Amino acid sequence: MEQAELRELESRCIQDETPQCIAACPLHVDAKTFCALMGQRRVDKAWTILAKTLPLPGVLARICDAPCKEACIRKDAGGAIEMGCLERFCAENAKAVAPPRPLPSRRKRVTVVGAGLTGLCAAWEMTRRGFDVTLYCQSFDCARAALSERGVSAELLDKEIASLVTMGAHLMPDTEISSDLVESLMEDCDAMFIDSDDVSSEVADFGQPDGLTLGTQRAGVFTCRRDESSPVFQAAAGRRAANSIERYTQGVSMVLKRELEGPYKSRLFTSLADVESAPPVSCEAGYSEVEAKNEAKRCIQCECMECVKVCEYLHHFKGYPKVYARQIYNNESIVMGTRQANTMINSCMMCGLCETVCPEDFDMGEVCLQARRTMIEKGTMPQSAHEFALRDMAFANGEKSALARHAPGVQASEYVFFPGCQLTASGPDSVEAAYADLRKRLSDVGLMLRCCGAPAHWAGREALMEEAMGELRETWQGLGSPKIIVACPTCLKTLRAGLPEAEIVSHWSILRALGPAECASKAGGIMAINDPCAARHNAMLQEDVRALLDGVGVEVVEPEFSGDRAKCCGYGGLLSEANPSLAESLAEKRALAAEEDFVTYCVMCRDMIAKTGKKALHLYDLLYPAETRGADRPSPGYSLRRENRARLKERLLTDLWHEEGGSAEPFEAIQVRFSDLAAENMEQRRILVSDVQKVLLHARDTGNMFVNKENGHLLSYVRPVVVTYWVEFEREGEAFLVHNVWSHRMHIMGGRK
Amino acid sequence: MSVIKISVEEAVDWKCLPCNEELVPVTVELAYLDSLFNVELPTCPKCGMVFIPESLATGKMYNVEHMLEDK
Repeated sequence: MEQAELRELESRCIQDETPQCIAACPLHVDAKTFCALMGQRRVDKAWTILAKTLPLPGVLARICDAPCKEACIRKDAGGAIEMGCLERFCAENAKAVAPPRPLPSRRKRVTVVGAGLTGLCAAWEMTRRGFDVTLYCQSFDCARAALSERGVSAELLDKEIASLVTMGAHLMPDTEISSDLVESLMEDCDAMFIDSDDVSSEVADFGQPDGLTLGTQRAGVFTCRRDESSPVFQAAAGRRAANSIERYTQGVSMVLKRELEGPYKSRLFTSLADVESAPPVSCEAGYSEVEAKNEAKRCIQCECMECVKVCEYLHHFKGYPKVYARQIYNNESIVMGTRQANTMINSCMMCGLCETVCPEDFDMGEVCLQARRTMIEKGTMPQSAHEFALRDMAFANGEKSALARHAPGVQASEYVFFPGCQLTASGPDSVEAAYADLRKRLSDVGLMLRCCGAPAHWAGREALMEEAMGELRETWQGLGSPKIIVACPTCLKTLRAGLPEAEIVSHWSILRALGPAECASKAGGIMAINDPCAARHNAMLQEDVRALLDGVGVEVVEPEFSGDRAKCCGYGGLLSEANPSLAESLAEKRALAAEEDFVTYCVMCRDMIAKTGKKALHLYDLLYPAETRGADRPSPGYSLRRENRARLKERLLTDLWHEEGGSAEPFEAIQVRFSDLAAENMEQRRILVSDVQKVLLHARDTGNMFVNKENGHLLSYVRPVVVTYWVEFEREGEAFLVHNVWSHRMHIMGGRK
Repeated sequence: MSVIKISVEEAVDWKCLPCNEELVPVTVELAYLDSLFNVELPTCPKCGMVFIPESLATGKMYNVEHMLEDK
């Protein structure tokens, strides 16, 4: 990832954008933190937030007219937060803090003429920034009037004026302000601010100032507009003038990058979907501490987090896309040291839900896919992350499982049925029944058994993906490029992207048109539908499936996350390989989404949900039912999945095409059964029956094994490719009983002499 | 290179079947990715067959493998 790409990505995630209240406040008071602290009754700490941002805080906090209320997101859920009342409560009850310590002197002299609120605030802001400020006024009556107009004791002003002096400003009250004085003062300073609320136009008339800079026709002289009645906007004008004078005295641009100085609309999105409406706590008589706390607690602490709220993966790593993009960038930049984001990158399901819910269409899946591709390119992808899945893909595309034939007895195919490698692994007899039904009701339907290549895509292995798609294309062309009937939503998506020249139809569309086969279940009932994430943007597929369910009398319940908001079951993006525990927790969340049994049209969803103990059916189980395929059947293990594919191929070859199956490897002749512990460990540790058989064959043929002195168990190991498998077993005549298995990837150098 | 010593109590019950020998701790070289380690592991003193117990494979070895993969 280039730095420019990172910046672009970071800018698209709006989680860190300013809350609307802060953006709308002309002084940008951090109302969010203020409310959070007030909600915890940390009044003194809350006051420091105000005192840090507000000029003359003891005055302004009491007379703030809270323009933020117009922008408050809470407005539409009971009413805006009573920020003005909260500020007043805080000002009256918090422990006073010392005035801010000014920055080191800039050695620039600024004269402020007039001591309305604006003039005083301008003096405050500039003194703070290290200007040498002298304020000339006739009296402080103008500012005092602003206070008493709002029912606030005018004495409070004296305290803040004293603070101003403490900070280092020179005050020249009781000065007769005349045109001559103004002119002569101009001679003697680097810049001047004239508070037009306190200085009549006869004395100093420079016309209305420029809106952005408050500059006048006279260089170095700044003033405020006369029509401002809001105290916060008056203070903001003082700050704007201070900003301009800072720029002016530094000789930098007076106009560049000032867009966010005043009130603006933030890009931050905050949903009110889960916010209960609650009216503001009335503050006519001012707040008690409890009332202030309750009102502050109504603040919803605006943030976006739309994607994190719906995605367990994004939630799990405790950040949000902007943070993750930065972590991925850093991960790629590491030359020496640990790449800490590898697991995070490999844990994304790439399901696209984040993009669907994101107001800015941020697609974390795309970012992770690119990151994985870069890791492959640079050779930094952890070997163990996807190896098992890629070996499984190779098996599905290998001699034992892959098949391509025209329908029995014909030499051409109008269609070819492509059930996908996981359906054949999980429900081979349903695939057989579906194929028989297609042959019966459509003419010349060939068969292709293989993997679409999705695992290579998810693993970021573009070359492998292209190679797999190339082989698939060649095989398909070998059948005369027939229309492809696809059942698996992931295959449908993958083939449409990888084989754009092919006419691809979903099996569900065909079944909807033809009507369910005669054998379809008549049981009906109510089931919860699980849309797989691969069908997210395929409305027709979702509709077809619902129509088919209706056709077999199943009443469908829609869980919260359905259709284009479907959630991944934990298999997508090879999550279950790279981070099995997170995948499990995803599947559990999915399973809890409905009380009813699930029906789905992705067999991986079916199996992942079934693994949690929740009943789930694949739609084929209703359309081509069999007693062995009830909703409570367990998910077949990794070895059985392979065996199912191989046996399906053998059976079809024998039964339909009257051909012999392929030859068996010697290790396949090893007869073996497993203790419960061994079976469980094999599944968890991704050790296949064939791996165990290889070890046992090796042990039998070489005699190289350890023996346990206590129980007589034997132990041997073999390293077929990159993983060493250990098998603890006992002999049962010619057969073997396996008690335990384990494996490691480290290679024992040397070893047996 | 230093030798990593690992306590492998699981090994005491096992002996080499073809050699009928008790296993003794021997320094063995283990390799993963670009890294080599010298580890003291129970080994048949006669034929050199190395024993890697389950706890080691699924514990320390597993962790080191993952750590090296992220290097």
